[in-house]
Formats: sequence, C-alpha cells, structure tokens
Amino acid sequence: MKQALLALADGTLFEGRALGYEGETAGEVVFNTAMTGYQEVLTDPSYKGQIITMTCPHIGNYGVTPEDIESRKIWAEGFVVKEASTLASNWRSKQQLQAYLQEAKIVGIEGLDTRALTRHLREHGSQQGLITHIETDARRAVAKAKAAPSIIGRDLATTVTCQTAYQWIEGSGEWIPSLGKKPRAAATKRWHVIAYDFGVKQNILRQLVDAGCHVTVVPASTTAKQVASLRPDGIFLSNGPGDPEGVPYAIQSVRELIGQYPLFGICLGHQILGLALGLKTYKLKFGHHGANHPVMNLRTRQVEITSQNHNFAVQVTQPITSVPDRPLVVETTFGKVAVTHVSLNDHSIEGLACVDRPVFSVQYHPEASPGPHDSGYLFAEFTQLMEKQHV
Amino acid sequence: MPRRTDIKSILLIGSGPIVIGQACEFDYSGTQACKALKEEGYRVILINSNPATIMTDPELADRTYVEPITTEVVEKVIERERPDALLPTMGGQTALNTTMALVKRGTLEKYGVKLIGASAEAIHKAEDREAFKHAMQRIGLRVPSSGTAHNRDEAIKILEQTGFPSIIRPSFTMGGTGGNIAYNREEFEKLIDWALAMSPVSQVLIEESLIGWKEYELEVMRDLKDNVVIICPIENLDPMGVHTGDSITVAPAMTLSDKEYQRMRDAAVRIIREIGVDTGGSNVQFGLDPKNGDMVVIEMNPRVSRSSALASKATGFPIAKIAAKLAVGYTLDEITNDITGVTKASFEPTIDYVVVKIPRFTFQKFRGADPTLTTQMKSVGEVMAIGRTFKEALHKAIRSLELNMSGLSSREGLDCGIPEGFDRAQGLERVRQHLRTPIAERLWHVADGMRLGLSNGDLFALTMIDPWFLEQVRELIQFEAVLVGQAGKKPAVLEESLLWQAKELGFSDDRIAQLIGGTAASIRKQRTKPQGKRGVTYKRVDTCAAEFEAHTPYLYSTYGSECEARPTDRKKVIILGSGPNRIGQGIEFDYCCVHAVMALREEGIESIMVNCNPETVSTDYDTSDRLYFEPLTEEDVLNIVEREQPLGVVLQFGGQTPLKLALPLSKAGVKILGTSPEAIDRAEDRERFRDLLDKLGLRQAECGMARSVDEALKIAAQITYPVMVRPSYVLGGRSMQIVYAEAGLLEYMTTAVKASPKHPVLIDCYLSDAIEVDVDAISDGTNVVVAGIMEHIEEAGVHSGDSACSLPPYSLKPSVVEEIRRQMKALALELGVIGLMNAQFAVKEDTIYVLEVNPRGSRTVPFVSKAIGVPLAKLAMKVMVGKTLPELGFTEAPAPVHLSVKESVFPFNKFPGVDVLLGPEMKSTGEVMGIDQDFGWAFAKSQAGAGAPLPKEGTAFISVKESNRPAALEVVKQLHKLGFNIQATSGTAGYLRDHGVPAETVNKVKEGRPHIVDHIKNGQVALVVNTVSNAASHADSLSIRREALNRGLAYYTTIRGARAAVMGIEAILKTELTIRSLQEYHHHL
Repeated sequence: MKQALLALADGTLFEGRALGYEGETAGEVVFNTAMTGYQEVLTDPSYKGQIITMTCPHIGNYGVTPEDIESRKIWAEGFVVKEASTLASNWRSKQQLQAYLQEAKIVGIEGLDTRALTRHLREHGSQQGLITHIETDARRAVAKAKAAPSIIGRDLATTVTCQTAYQWIEGSGEWIPSLGKKPRAAATKRWHVIAYDFGVKQNILRQLVDAGCHVTVVPASTTAKQVASLRPDGIFLSNGPGDPEGVPYAIQSVRELIGQYPLFGICLGHQILGLALGLKTYKLKFGHHGANHPVMNLRTRQVEITSQNHNFAVQVTQPITSVPDRPLVVETTFGKVAVTHVSLNDHSIEGLACVDRPVFSVQYHPEASPGPHDSGYLFAEFTQLMEKQHV
Repeated sequence: MPRRTDIKSILLIGSGPIVIGQACEFDYSGTQACKALKEEGYRVILINSNPATIMTDPELADRTYVEPITTEVVEKVIERERPDALLPTMGGQTALNTTMALVKRGTLEKYGVKLIGASAEAIHKAEDREAFKHAMQRIGLRVPSSGTAHNRDEAIKILEQTGFPSIIRPSFTMGGTGGNIAYNREEFEKLIDWALAMSPVSQVLIEESLIGWKEYELEVMRDLKDNVVIICPIENLDPMGVHTGDSITVAPAMTLSDKEYQRMRDAAVRIIREIGVDTGGSNVQFGLDPKNGDMVVIEMNPRVSRSSALASKATGFPIAKIAAKLAVGYTLDEITNDITGVTKASFEPTIDYVVVKIPRFTFQKFRGADPTLTTQMKSVGEVMAIGRTFKEALHKAIRSLELNMSGLSSREGLDCGIPEGFDRAQGLERVRQHLRTPIAERLWHVADGMRLGLSNGDLFALTMIDPWFLEQVRELIQFEAVLVGQAGKKPAVLEESLLWQAKELGFSDDRIAQLIGGTAASIRKQRTKPQGKRGVTYKRVDTCAAEFEAHTPYLYSTYGSECEARPTDRKKVIILGSGPNRIGQGIEFDYCCVHAVMALREEGIESIMVNCNPETVSTDYDTSDRLYFEPLTEEDVLNIVEREQPLGVVLQFGGQTPLKLALPLSKAGVKILGTSPEAIDRAEDRERFRDLLDKLGLRQAECGMARSVDEALKIAAQITYPVMVRPSYVLGGRSMQIVYAEAGLLEYMTTAVKASPKHPVLIDCYLSDAIEVDVDAISDGTNVVVAGIMEHIEEAGVHSGDSACSLPPYSLKPSVVEEIRRQMKALALELGVIGLMNAQFAVKEDTIYVLEVNPRGSRTVPFVSKAIGVPLAKLAMKVMVGKTLPELGFTEAPAPVHLSVKESVFPFNKFPGVDVLLGPEMKSTGEVMGIDQDFGWAFAKSQAGAGAPLPKEGTAFISVKESNRPAALEVVKQLHKLGFNIQATSGTAGYLRDHGVPAETVNKVKEGRPHIVDHIKNGQVALVVNTVSNAASHADSLSIRREALNRGLAYYTTIRGARAAVMGIEAILKTELTIRSLQEYHHHL
C-alpha cells in the first residue's frame, strides 16, 4: 500500500496511506464532525481552499450517487479520513468513494490518527497543510505546507461562482424534509428570488423551490442594478468559501440592496450582510464544521440542531459571553439590527435581522445536507417577508 | 425554565428482579435518576424489590421500599408517603405497566399524584399496538401491515392479510416475551396460543414479516419546550427478525447516507411529538428495505431502555440523568454537558469511534431450549467495545464475551488454513446450515463461510447481513491468512509493520499467537519492548469527536499516535468488573464493584474501573474517578496496569471473571489487593481445600476426584449414591448434577463432561434432605466478622443461587448457627482472607458439613448488606487498603429482628418446553427480597416480588414422590386447615386420605382427561406442590409445572419450599400487609 504524508505548517506530521488521486495538494486543514454526508461535504463549494478531515472513522460506506451532490464538482483541496471503505453498500450507490476521488483528482490520505489531528487543530488552530503521496522528506513537506496560500482576505467566491445567470427549478422531491405533521406540499411558485452564487449549495436552491420560489442564480459579481433589472421579489445571499472581506464588490452590492427587497443570507451570505450593515467579521480558531451544532433562536428560545461550515463569524461591539435573555439589538447605519440566534457552544452570532427592514441571515445551514432539518422554517420566513412586502 | 417548585417529592418505580429483557440497565438508569432528583433537592421515594441494585442503597433515596412491585403495594407506598409526582419511565416495562395499573385503579387521582416524564395517554399510545399504528398513520409514517387479535380465530383472520412468515408480538410485554416468527399454519397456531398467554391483556399483534430488512434504533430526547435531539443512531448488524436485544449492534449507524438518516431523524422527531412524550428519552426502531430504502416504524418505547443505556455508554451522554432533570422542568439548554463542562445538553453527540455490542447467551443451561434467535429476546447479558474502527471494536467485543475466543475463532478448525483431509463440500454444507437461521454464533459461521470461499453475495443471501459488515469481517479473515503465512518463520517474531497492522485491526496477542504459532507472551514482549516507539494508546469518549476538551477520563484503547490517558500521580487502585451478565454472575458483582469505588473515594484513593458491560452502574463515567471501557482479559488489563501504575488491583468484587486473572496478573508482577492468589488457590483447589479442612477439623461431605470414568465409578460406589458430580473450576454450577445410580454416572461421564488429568470431575456425597446455609464474612486478617448467615429454603442440592433463603435462619437451632459462625471464622483466619469471604455449609441432623468456600465477594453481599444495614463491600475495600475492622467500627454484625427473604427469579417463560425443576446447575437470572417482622410475610412478599404471589384460597394440587409423603402430609394438613381444597394424584391422594386429609384424586396427564393440566388451564388450581424422584417422573409431570408457570401460579418443587409457602399463606390470611422502608428497618437496628 502506498504511503502518504500529511504535513502541517507548524511542523506536525502524520503518516498514513495514500487515498484518492495520486499526487500532492495543499490547503487549510479543517475538521468536520458530521457522521453522515461526506459526499455533500466534498461537493460543498464552501470548502474551496481547504483540506477536510472527517472525524467519523469510516467514510465511504454507502458509496456516492449523483443525487447527493451539492454542486457540479468536488471543491475541497484534499480529504483526510481514518478509513475509506473499499466497499460501497447502499441501494442508491453508483460508485465507490475511492474511484470517485480518483476521478475528481482529489488527493487524500487515510490510516492516520485523525483524532490526534483533530485535537491538534483544536488546540493550535486550523492551519495550512499538505497531503503528499510523492514527497517523503518531512522538512520539504512542511515547507510546502507553509508556502500554501492562506484563506484570509482571499476572494475564493470568484473561483466557485457560476459564470452566467441560470434558472433553478428542481425541488427536494422525495427527500423533502418532513418535520411537520405531514411533508410540506410544494407550493405554487409565486416568488422570484435572485440567488447570489458565492458558492451556493444546491439544496438551498431546492428548498427555495420547495417554499414556492422560482430562482434565478446569478454570479457573485452581479451588481445591484443588474439584480434590480431582473425584477426580483427577494434576494438570497448564498454560502461560499473563505473570508467575507475578500469580496468587497459583493458587500457593496448588498449594501445597495438592503431595504429594497426582502433579503435572506446564509453563511458567507450572512457574513457579507454583516459587513454591509457595518458590523465586523473575524476568523474563528478552528471554525465550525459539523451537523450537531446547537443554536438558540432568541425569539422563540427554542434550540435548533444545525449544520455548520464556516471559518469566519460576525461580531458586534459588545462581546457575548452567555446566552442573552432576548434578541440583542445594535445600532447600525441601517438602523437597529438584532442578533436573533447564538451558538450554545461558544455564543458566537448565528443569526441577524434588521428590525425595520425585511432583511435577515443565519450563519448556519438551514438547508442542511448534510445535517438535521430543524431550521428549515427559515425558508418559509423568507417567503413570508416577500408576502408582506407584496401586500 | 427552572425546575418545578410545585412538586416536592417524587416516587420512582424500579424494574424489579433481573430477567431476560430487563436487566441491570435499569439499575443504571434508576440510579442516575435518583441521584439527579436528589441533587435537585427533591424528596425521592423509591420502590424496587431487587436488593442487588445500587439504586436501593439507602443513601440514594429518602425512602427506599424493598417491597414487591405490585399495584397493591405501590398504592400502600403512595398512601404512606404521599408523593407529589410519579416518574414512571425509569423502571422499564415493569414501572410502565404498574403505573398504568395505578392510573386505571384511580390511585394517582385519589392521592393527587402527578405523572411526570410521560402521561398515561402517551404511554398508552406507544404501548398499545393498535393505538400506535393509528398514531403512525396519522403522521404519514408507514408501519408493517398488521392486525390485533384477542383469540386464535381473530389471529387467523389477520394472518390471511399479512401472510407468512408471520411476526407475532404480544402487547405489554418486555424483551418481546411471547413473541415469535411462524413459518406455517401449524406453527402459527401453537405460537399464537403462547403469545396470548404471555400478554397480560391477552392481546397480540400479528404483523407482516420484514425479515431481512435493515434495522435501526434512534434514541430521542425531548424537553418541555419541545426541543428534540437524537442521542445516537444504532444499526443492527443482524437484520430484522432477530430481537434487537439479541442482535449485534453498532453505533453510529454505518450504512445510512445523510439523506436516509435525516429522513429517519425527521420521523423520530415527529413520532416523539405525536406520541406526546413531553420530557425524557424514548427509543424508536425502524426497518429499512435494503433494496429501495423503504422505511417502516417498528416500535417506540416511551421510556429509558436497554438501548438508551447502550447509547449513553456509547456516546457519553447520560440519557437517564438528563431525562430525570427534564422531567422536573429543566430544558436541554439549561443542562451542562458534564464531559466537556462548557457545552450544553441540547446537542447531538457525534462520535469518532465505533461501538459494537454483542449479546451473550446461555442456552446450554436450559436443555431443550430452542437456540434460534427470533423476535423474543433470549440473551442474558451483553458486552460493548469501543474501537477506532468497526474491525477493532468487533475484535474487542468478541474477547470481552469471555467465551474462550480471542477472535473470530473457526468453528470448523480452519484457523490456520484448511487442513488436509477436510471435506470442503461437507464443511460448506454445515456452514450454510448454520447460517440459514439466525443463531448466537452466526458471526463465527460467517467467518468460516469466508474461509471456505463463500462470497459476500452468497453470505448476504443466506443471512441478509449488510455487505458492508460482511466486507469488514472479510478484511479480518484475509488478514488472518496473512498472519498464518508468517507461521513457522524463525524466530517467531512478526514483522513490525504486520504486528502494528494486526493491533490496529484489534487482533489480541492471543489470536496473533494462535495464527503465527507463537505465544501471547512473546507477542506482548515484542510490542512492549522498551525502545519501541509505538504501543497501545487510550482515547477519550467526549460526545463531540474532539471538538471540545473532555474533562472526564472515560477511556478506551486503540493503536493510534497519541495517548490521552494522562494518568495522575495520585494513590490509585484498579477495580476489575465482572464483564457481561450471565447466569451465575450478574448485577450483584457490579454492586460490589461500585461500592469498592465509593470506599476508595472515602479513603481518598483514586479509583479506576475496568469493565465492558454497558448495562451497569460501574461503567457510568461518573461512578469511578477513571473508567476504562475495556475487555477483562490479561492483555487488556495488563496494558492498563502498565499505563496507570496503581497500588494494586482488586479482583474479589467482580466474581469469577477477575478471579481467573489472579494468577496471570500476579505472575506479571501486579500486586493483588486483599486475599492473596495463593489463598484463592487453596480454596479453589479441591485437594488443597481438603487438607485445609482436615487441619481445622471441619467436616466435608465424602468426596473424591475422578480423572477417568473408571475412577469415577469406583469413587461413587465408595461414597454410595446419590452423588453430586461437577467439573472443577466452574461458575454457577455449570454441568453440575445429582446422579442417583451407576447408569446415570456413566452417562454423565461420557456425554456431559470429559474427565482428564487436567480437568478432573468432582464427586461428592449428595446430602439428601440437608439444609444448606450460605454465609458471608469479612476479615482483615486478624478479625473476622460473620455478617450474615442465610438458611436456604430449598434443601441442599438446589444451587445456592437458585434457592430462596432467609436471614436470619428461620428453622436452625441457635447452637448450630453458633457453630457455623465459629467454623466460618476459623476458615477465614486459616486462609488469611483480607476482604470478603463466602462459604456454603450443609446441616444434616445437626451435623455441619462445609460445602465450599469462595474467598471473594459473593452473590449474596448486596442482600446481606441491605438486610443488616451494613455496606459490606465498602468495608471490605477499606480493609483491603489497610484499615482494620475495629478501626472501621465493625466488630460485630447487627442482629436484625426483621426477617429478610431472598427469592430467585427464573427465565423459564422465555424458553417454552424447558423444565422448571431446580437442581445443582444455576438457572436464575435475578432475585428479589422480601422484608418483614414476620417470616411468613417476608416469604410471601418475596413470592409476590418474584411474580408468583401466594394464593389466599382455592385448590392446592399435591403430587409428591413417595419419600416426601410424610413431610408433605404436614404441609397439606396446614393448607387444609387454612381452607384450601386439596387435590392430588392417586398415590399421594390415597396416602393423604389414609392420614385423615380429605384429598380429591385427579388424573395425571397420562391417565385420561380431564387431567391436572386441564384443571390448571381452567384456572381451577391456586397452588401446586410437585416433587419428583427420577427422570421418568420428571417427564410425566413436566406439563404440570410448565402450565403452572404459564399461569403465573405459585408452585413449589421442594417440600421445604412448600412449607415456607404455607407459613406465608398463614401470614397473609391472619395479618394485614405492612410496609416499611429500608431506612426505617436500618434505623431500628
């Protein structure tokens, strides 16, 4: 079996076996704690620039299927697992994970102590790393890891966004979330939503369709004026990779759109909105990547188990050290903005809403995929805003 | 939401005796609940008839009633204690059923007791098969097509819809009791009758078969604010058709994509909401068609369960503890996750390891039991193992089972390749045969199938086990072949890389040695060499896959690159637990281990627990200071000892499991605390033991040791028949028998055991009609305190674990009791016991015989502790770390005025057709305790607690062997005086009439109808006394005993038992039931 090496910028080394495409790859090494959904994770454009470590030890068990992709390709720079299954067992499986990685030219490593790696990243923070099947000299591998570009300040959205606008019509079909009493019936398509693609996950688009929207997906660089010409009922700001400060043009467009249309942002979209509102963002030590993150909705005091994948977060001037009793309100150039959701793990901001404008966003992923469906109600809230605006 | 202030006191109902399907997981959950509620300042009132539980320790509740869990008694508790609320979800099916009975009776309403945790409506909706089906249909979920029947005709009508194979599930039973799978009409009719008889409401669900579908369980929690979280998805390796308690199960789910898992999660959330479990944990089971992902809901338990205990241990999320807090009004986000100390309980644990549970079975104890695994649970215990991969966890689980298998040992002798002359075709046919119907050893037959060339496709067709699991097993078998390829290389050391690969795959040193032809010791030496860079590492169970730091040292071993054990430099002691529950070794030993932990804490010594049984209190991460969830083998224990460097290791609390390790551990230089291995050997080795008795001038029943058939016959003739025979070094009287004549002995020696010089057979004179006495003592080496002397109710010859007993003795002369005390002290001092010692004596015509001595904690320690109000195991632990008994203030045991009776509980209702007669081989799974001022009442309570309450009136049926007739006469006279009608078989009836008792003659089964079994079936008999002499009469009367069992009648198969029953009946007829809490009894000592 071919040996492989994972080198971190701080000089830490992990030996393992080669996985996927033979070669070498660099990126920011992060860990994801979800126990299912590796294919959704791999194809999530938000992972552009990153090497993903799955903490769940067995990956690939149920194979891969074109039905479960979140974008047109794998965006992650590399893949680190404890053990990749040699056999795919599931009625929907079309391909085995290794073959899938090879085909997509994704370099990976397996057979290393992924828990030790995770603990290292937790203690020392996410950092640049290199997976190599070629390099055997540890010093050179570490040097290459160090040389890999950081994601701070980089515009990664440009690389993952669509080149031209397109219509999205597909809904969730048989996989429609059904936390309510009965599965939601697909509503009539009443609302035209312009979805900014900073690296959008397809399940967001499906859920917008489920909620009764017809969706036009537009490139990240689309200006406010161009958007207005499409006569939208609402604007959606998608998730995406990297640092929100890396996309000033998007922040500018959003600033112009605030208050004009009902606006909903997710993940990078939420951070861009935060910056547009005049708030600040910062980089988390090792990010939130998983499907079990508890978030409290400060308006209902209910806890949602959420899917998360971000390295940056929005902050307000006063630090939040405990769960606030009610939505925290701050003054911005766009009037009052409420912190509507916080993380129960670290009290970081998970949701924002303008008090006087039809604008809101969440840091986490209500579209799940992978992850629980607890927050699917947000899509309905978005259509309600459009409904209100319409009246 | 803060905790509720409208309630001040809470009643908890325990689950009673350990039975198949309801074991010590409810002590674990009940103990957590008691602790959690007390911590919140509530007054906790507990009722549980099982003395071997930690939850019934008097410190755990404010009022502890060790009384039978019947509606009548619980009502009395309510009347006496006036609790504000009742929490019904902690004591398994027993607590739920009792609660529902109390609701129906109006008791809760009458005394204003609120139900918390789950409402009566929710319990009904989840437990009633029809109501559940409708609820699921309302929320658009599919359930298997089915119908409910109350009699055979209705059942057959439903069958026409659902077809074969047909799944039969009785309502309101636990562990699937009475459940079955019928493949044809004849079988169906037979099984339906059985199922109807087993359901307390005579209601049976007949269901479409989903045999071969994948099976999953989700543990769900909900709080009053309607927050819902899933604690853990568990996947069954054995597909549908095998009860989940009998399945190998794996966490997390291994073969579900996110889409499928989330759909299941959505369904689980909707189910808990629809059923209306307001707070706490529930367990939902799903079936999934491997062909197309179709999902059906199988069932839901609106309470904590065996699976929730497993999920708690598997994730580090304490479901029962959190459920108790939710029941009193907290919400999930208000409760801190103990393990991280910073995050909240409102999250979903994620794990970065694999957990494998394997059940443990005991079919060999029940001759005639059907070993096929079905929808009714048959296993008596389980092990759990944690590894970084499925393969590693599977290997660890296998060696945790203690079945003398250190890996996937071949059943066909194929471990080291296919031997010359092996008939492949025949071998394959045998393997296929074994795989067609699920049995306990299926996994090992799968491995053999692979060795013989069966493909995953072949194996899937035979077993429906998911190919992913099959492939995992195949990888192990393939690696075995690589190791076998190394065999014969000189020197017998493995290539480094192969060694570490093997260890990462979870191979034990022992298995590697078997395959390469070396010794486990040499493998150990190779992998622990001082300059070695690699070795065993320990990881923490942290609920969060390392995202947050774990502050709780809950550890498992693996071969990784980083060790998180971080041993302290405190004074510390390792306690070895008792492994999987089995007949002969159960919760009593876990109780002792937990007490040892408490004692160490009081002494300021760090306690380190090693155990692999997920059901127990000892494996709760907050019981000991450090917990290693590991197999109890020499290899795994030595690894921990090397890492921790303790003062010593404690073996005497975990039963036979750790005792077996005494010699190997002490050889490896590990200090054994307490009684020395040398003393243990002196008590266990028959010849050395005889010398010891001779030295002390104590008497032993005549005996001899046979190493061959001839020798056995000679010895038996010398002693004179009947004789008791058994192999040396056994647990729970395994293969022990009373033999009445030479023919029987010959049969035993040729079929049951093979005697050899290494494994001699012991032959003892059988002391017929002797009284057996169990004694527990504690010694510090100089002082001995005899803590409890228990007189058995059944005569000698019935295994002490199966016999009922009374503390203090109820019929022995004081002088005899005094002499037993003297002998016990002499034995303890001579052996140099430090800690606990148990001995059994037989008393025949006032002569005392020593039967056996066990220099360790015994099954009766918790019973004695509760009877006399002294925590013996705790004191023993303190003695073992250097305290003297006078220092501990224990120089004399209290002599209680109340009587405590222990009664055993048997799993016969799980094994149709198996005889219920008691003998020298232990068969009970659990025990109950009855306490009262009066022996009769104490006995009556023990019978009610065990599920067969004594009748107050009616007909007593008597059929006894000839030699018992004079003794039976006294019993029958009493029964007659108490107003019972007497029926007897011809011989007995004639004898009774001749002696002035009006006895009606009833036909034996073979004498024509109506016969006695007809009468029992018709409910015309209230009490059965039946003793038998030889095999022929055993067979004749089997149906009588089975029917009495099915009907839940009080039945006695010994005269002494019947005599005690008469004393009990007299008590309940003459005086009112009174109850008292343990705290009150102990206060009066």
